[in-house]
Formats: sequence, structure tokens, C-alpha cells
Amino acid sequence: MTNSNTEIQFKSEIPFYRDERVIKAVAQILSAVLVIGFVIWGVINFQRAAEARGMSLGFDFLDKPAGFPISNPPIEYDPSMSFGRAFVVGLVNTLLVSISGIFVATILGTLLALARLSSNWLLSRLALVYIEFHRNIPLLVLLFIWYFTVFAKLPPVKESITWTSVAYLNQRGIYLTWPRLTDAGHTFVIPFMIGIILAIISFVTLRKRRELTGKDTYYVPISLGLLVIGTMIGLAVSGWKPFWLDQPVLEGFNFQGGLRLTPEFAALFVGLSTYTAAFIAEVVRAGIQAVDRGQMEAARALGLNTVQVLSLVVMPQALRVIIPPMISQYLNLTKNSSLALVIGFQEVFSVGKIAINQAGRAVPVFALVMLTYLALSLLTSFVLNLYNRRIQFVTR
Amino acid sequence: MSIVEIPQEEIRQPLPPGPLKWVKGNLFNNVGNTLITLILLPLIFFAIVNAIIWIVTQADWTPVINFPLLYAVGQYPRDQIWRVGVSLSLIIFMLGVSWGKWGGLLRSISIAVGLTFLLLALLPIQHAQLNLNMRLYLGSNLIWVLLGFGIGRAPFVKVLYIVLGWLLVPVISILLLAGFENSSFLPQIATTLWGGLLVTFLLSAGGILLSFPIGVALALGRRSSLPVVSAFSTIFIEGVRGVPLITILFMFSIILALFLPAESRIDRLLRALMAVTVFSAAYTAENVRGGLQAVPKGQIEAAKAVGMNGLQTMVFIVLPQAIRAVIPAIVGQFISLFKDTTLVVIVGINDFLGIGRSIINSDPEFVQLQLEVYLFIAVVYWIFSYLMSLASRRLETALGVSAKL
Repeated sequence: MTNSNTEIQFKSEIPFYRDERVIKAVAQILSAVLVIGFVIWGVINFQRAAEARGMSLGFDFLDKPAGFPISNPPIEYDPSMSFGRAFVVGLVNTLLVSISGIFVATILGTLLALARLSSNWLLSRLALVYIEFHRNIPLLVLLFIWYFTVFAKLPPVKESITWTSVAYLNQRGIYLTWPRLTDAGHTFVIPFMIGIILAIISFVTLRKRRELTGKDTYYVPISLGLLVIGTMIGLAVSGWKPFWLDQPVLEGFNFQGGLRLTPEFAALFVGLSTYTAAFIAEVVRAGIQAVDRGQMEAARALGLNTVQVLSLVVMPQALRVIIPPMISQYLNLTKNSSLALVIGFQEVFSVGKIAINQAGRAVPVFALVMLTYLALSLLTSFVLNLYNRRIQFVTR
Repeated sequence: MSIVEIPQEEIRQPLPPGPLKWVKGNLFNNVGNTLITLILLPLIFFAIVNAIIWIVTQADWTPVINFPLLYAVGQYPRDQIWRVGVSLSLIIFMLGVSWGKWGGLLRSISIAVGLTFLLLALLPIQHAQLNLNMRLYLGSNLIWVLLGFGIGRAPFVKVLYIVLGWLLVPVISILLLAGFENSSFLPQIATTLWGGLLVTFLLSAGGILLSFPIGVALALGRRSSLPVVSAFSTIFIEGVRGVPLITILFMFSIILALFLPAESRIDRLLRALMAVTVFSAAYTAENVRGGLQAVPKGQIEAAKAVGMNGLQTMVFIVLPQAIRAVIPAIVGQFISLFKDTTLVVIVGINDFLGIGRSIINSDPEFVQLQLEVYLFIAVVYWIFSYLMSLASRRLETALGVSAKL
């Protein structure tokens, strides 16, 4: 390689069509023009269609009376109220079924995961059958089964299935005995809440102090004591009777009082939570199995008992693996609650569908519904991601 | 290195292997487990016995048994049903050819498919819709798969031909099923008449085939260094993932028409397919992105160093590794797509579940037999989903995905 004639020319001119900067700029402009052009084309078409049919895009209909009923609304509502109000009722219904579903699915899923990991073959297989059954059948089929063959087939009111008068099951739904605040009960709430907040603050700060100094700060007894003191003050102020039990009573043809869950809500709630529990079980199982066996054995060797091993060594490490897929399961449950439409439970999507027929404004109503779900999803994942970031490994 | 010798008599002899050891080790190995076993055993026993009694004696399976063709193809005209049959046999033939070429997992699938059709052909029951012609057709599928196998083994059949065949078969099938206007041999058949498993499979297979490349493109777009492309891809992916499938289905079936020129009309089934594809593509994109992140940077640098350009690096180095790493996740996504196709019932398409519902609503007597119908539908969905996850596990071991972790 000593021939000086074949010296490589480093300063060779690159033609502009092979210049990376030019290619990148052109690609970006091209894709932007394509996408934006497509959107503009759609909007022009839409405007034409809107003019031809006399549609309007405004959200002014939200103030107009809705004119359709919502069965068993969670907040005050009647058909003379506005579309906006109906929409809020739907949103509250979505939140109710999602939050209660997430709560029950998490507990059921964790229990299933523990059963799946049990050394008892029978229990482990039973959990496996449950999980494989739910994971391989469409949620819609399961919801049809729950609603049309279970909750819509409950006996008439007079022949209600009852369990020691605490709960009644019949065609019109599930009636539960439910604690409600008495008139004096409102004075109970404030001291009780203050007690909870103080307990949480003392728990967090004192535990941190212990972690920093290594000295026992007695954070468990102190925070528990604060909680008890708050509760006691609340009870004393409210004359020791903050709650009364609202029992369902058969009056004439129907039950009065108690907490009523409609068959539609019950079917959706049971269907969603049992379905999602199967997925959560797999998430939790994978998380627990991801913790190295040696960790557990080492913890035992140090003399920790079973509860300590689980709460101090296994769970903190398992949670790192569990949280991210758990977030998406929670979001799935929330989004799946829109299937309520098929069984007639009126949440955001069903209300939106009726509103389209009533108000005749498909596009604004639809935009509202989709933005609501988008906001719910983004909000949930934002909050849970904050928590997730806190518990992940700190790379030093 | 010294080995401490343990006297033989100090080692406790374990139970000899056998059923007794298994029972003791897995059911009665400690007090808690013994208790659990003793409680569960009778419960499970009675549950199974009662279930069998109900299935055999109490349940009325009329709405399931009486309408096999309805469940299979919906209202597809009965005199034109051979078109569905030919399409199905074409796919089975191609499956056989692939089996002959590659073997492995395809072998199990082909044999299972062939035997299932043989079993259906020889079903020892009297049924109006299972006449001699139908039995002959069902049985012929075994011959098709074996014939395909033979052709696939022949040395002159190149991989390219098989790939071309797989690209052609869906097109031929769709043309055959839809027919042509003003044709007496293949009259047009409106998609409103299509139904049952035919529609379920069309939507799932179409959704899978179309959403995969779109998903890969979106994943690459999101990872792109071009801010505009990356932003568009991210907005699309997160927007679709943030809303339920049902809203996208409604958007495509109601809203989309408003944004297209007034004279254009897109078929209802096609709109549903578009919605399912868009939805699935966003999820596939996120799975592929996970795989792309798992490919070490050194691979890309090495590819550049040996003189590959960007496209070659992507196609030959990055994507194969990325996709292989996320096959379980992608198959899982396809299984949920298969299950999610049931949602088209809500926009009025008679897929497998929709046919079940219309059968229930067709006769007041059947309204009392909903449990039977829904259980049958659930079992069918279960079998197909479970087989898909089984195939995915086999594929994982074959590709050594799990071994790397």
C-alpha cells in the first residue's frame, strides 16, 4: 500500500441526493405533507357532508335537555337535565365499575397467583384451569353468559334469594345492607380524616428517619396510635353513633333502602373483575417467579419470618416486575368497561351512543367520548408511572 | 478438593418413584396441603359430576346441533357454498405444501387439520346438513393436505413459489367469495350475507396479516430520528391504545363515511377489518418497539462496518432479532385480536358470536337455551385461542427465544 497514486480523496463531493441531511429533511417534509394533506382532505369532505346534511360541529347541545332516562343513576339525574349532565352520569358509572372492578380483580388475581404457585397440585391445577379458561374466551362471550344466563335470570322480587337478610338477589338487582352516615355522622368524618392523614405523615417521615439513622423510631405504634386517637375523637363528637345500617326491606312489590346494584352493573362488574383477575394472576405469578430463589433463602437464613420475607424481600422486588404490566391490565379493564353497551349498563360510551341518536351530532359526541377515555388512560398511566419510577432500581 | 464421605445408612431413602410418591409429594406433603386437598377433592368431584350430568341429560343442545352451516358461513347462499369450500381447501393445500417444505410445527398443524376433517367426515350421527356430499367434501381435505405435502417435498418446488402461493391464495379466496358483478358463474354475494366462523376467520386472519407490517412500520417510525415521523407515529400509537376498540369500530362504521367523498362507499365488513387492523397495529407496534430496544447497538454498528446501508441493516440485522425476541408478545396480541373480533357484533356484523345471538333470537324457545349456545361458542373460541398459544410456545422453543432469557 505504498502507491501514492491511489490516495483516497476524503473531500469528495457528496451529491445532494445522497446527503443524509437533505434526505432526512425531505423525508420529514414529505411525511408531514402526506399526513396533514390527508387530514385536510378529510376535513374538506366532512365540511361538504356537513353542509349537505345541515350538521353542526358545536358543543352547544351539551346544555340542552337530554330527554332520555338513565336507570339507577349514581348522582342526581332526570331526563330534563342537560346532555352534559347525562355525560357526567355516564362518566361516574364508568369510574364506579372500573375502580370497583380493579379493586376486586387485583385481590382475586393475587390469590389466584398464590394458588397457582402453591405446592398443592390440586390447588395449583384449579388456578390454572381458571386462568386458562378466562384467558382464551372473548370477554364479550363471558359478559353475555354473566348477564343473560345469570343476572337476568334471577328470581322475581317475591322469591328473592337472600343471605341472612344482609343481601337480597332478585330480578331487579342486588340489594345490600349498607352503612350510611347518620346526621351526627358528618362530625365524625373530619377528625377521622385528620387522624388518617397524621398517621400517614408520621408513618412516612418516621420510617424515613429510621432508614437514615438506623434508630428505631417506633413508626408503627405511633401511626397506629394517631389513627386510633382520630377515630375515637370522631366517635365521641358524633355521640358514638356515626353510622346506621341501611337494610333493604320488602315494601309492596319492591325493596326499599339498602344499596341497590342493578343486574347490568352486577354482570359487568363480575364479568370484568373475574376476566381481568386471570390476566393479573399471570402478571403477579411472573413477578414473584422473577425474584431469585436465593433472595428468599438468604432472608430466611438471616432469621426473617414468612411475613417478613414476603413483605421486606420478595414483594419489593416482585413489584418492580409487576407494576408495568399491571398498569396496562388496569387500563384494559377501564377500556373494556365500554362493553357495557351490549348489556345495557349506561356508562360513558352507552350514554354517548344514545346522545348521538338524540342530538344527532355524531362527531362532537364521539370526540368527547374518545377524549374522555384518552384522558382516563393517560391520567391512570401517569399516576401509576410516578409510583413505578419510585420503586424501580436506583442505578448508581 | 476433598469429598466428605457420608455413610450409606445416614441417607434417608426416598419413597420409590410411582403414583404413591407423587400423591404424597404433591397433595399431602404437609398439614396445610393435606387440609386443602381434603376440602377441594370432594368439591371438584361434585362439580365435575354435576357438570357432566347437566351436559348429557339436562341441557338441550338443539340450537347448537341444528345449524352447523349457519355457524360456519352464516347466510352465505347455500347453492354457492362450494366457493367457501374451495377457498378453504386451497388454504389447506398450501398448508400441506408448506409442511412438505419446512416440516416442524407445520407438520403438527397439518396433521391435526387433516385428521379433524376426516373425523368430521366420519361423524357417526344422522344430520340433514351432513349429507354424503358434505362428508365427501370434508374428507377430501385430508387428501388436499397430503397432496400438498407430496408436492412440497418435490425438489423443483422452490421457497419462492410457496411464498407466492401464500400471497395469491388470500386474493383468490376473497375474489371467489365475493364474486363479480354481472357474472353468472360467480355472482356477487353481498358481505351482509357472510357470517359465522367465515367472518371471524376473515377478520382475524386479515387483521393479523395487515396489522403486522403496519405495526412494524409504526414501531420503526416511533424510533426514527426524524422528529416529524416519530411524532406522528407516537400520536397514532398512543391515541389508538388510549381508547377502547369499540370506539374505533364505531368511528370506522359511522364517522369515517363523513370524512370521505360523498360518492365513495366502503363495504361494511371492510370497515370492520380496517378498525380491527388499526387497533391491532398500534399494539403490535409497541411490542416490536420493545424488541427493537433489545437489539444491542453493537449489531447495528457491526452491520454498518461491513458496509450495509440503512435499509439492509434494518431488514437483515435488526428486525429479525427484534421480532424473534418478541414473538410471544406478538402471538399474544394476535390471540387477543382473534378474541376481539367478537366486538363486530356491536356494529351489526354476524360473526360466529353474532350468529349464535341471531339463532337465540330466532325462536322464543331458544331464549331459554342461551347458556347452551354461549357455552358452545365459548368452547370453540377457547379451542382456537388455546391452540394458538400452544403453537406460540412450540415456536418459542424452536427459535430458542426463551433459552436466551
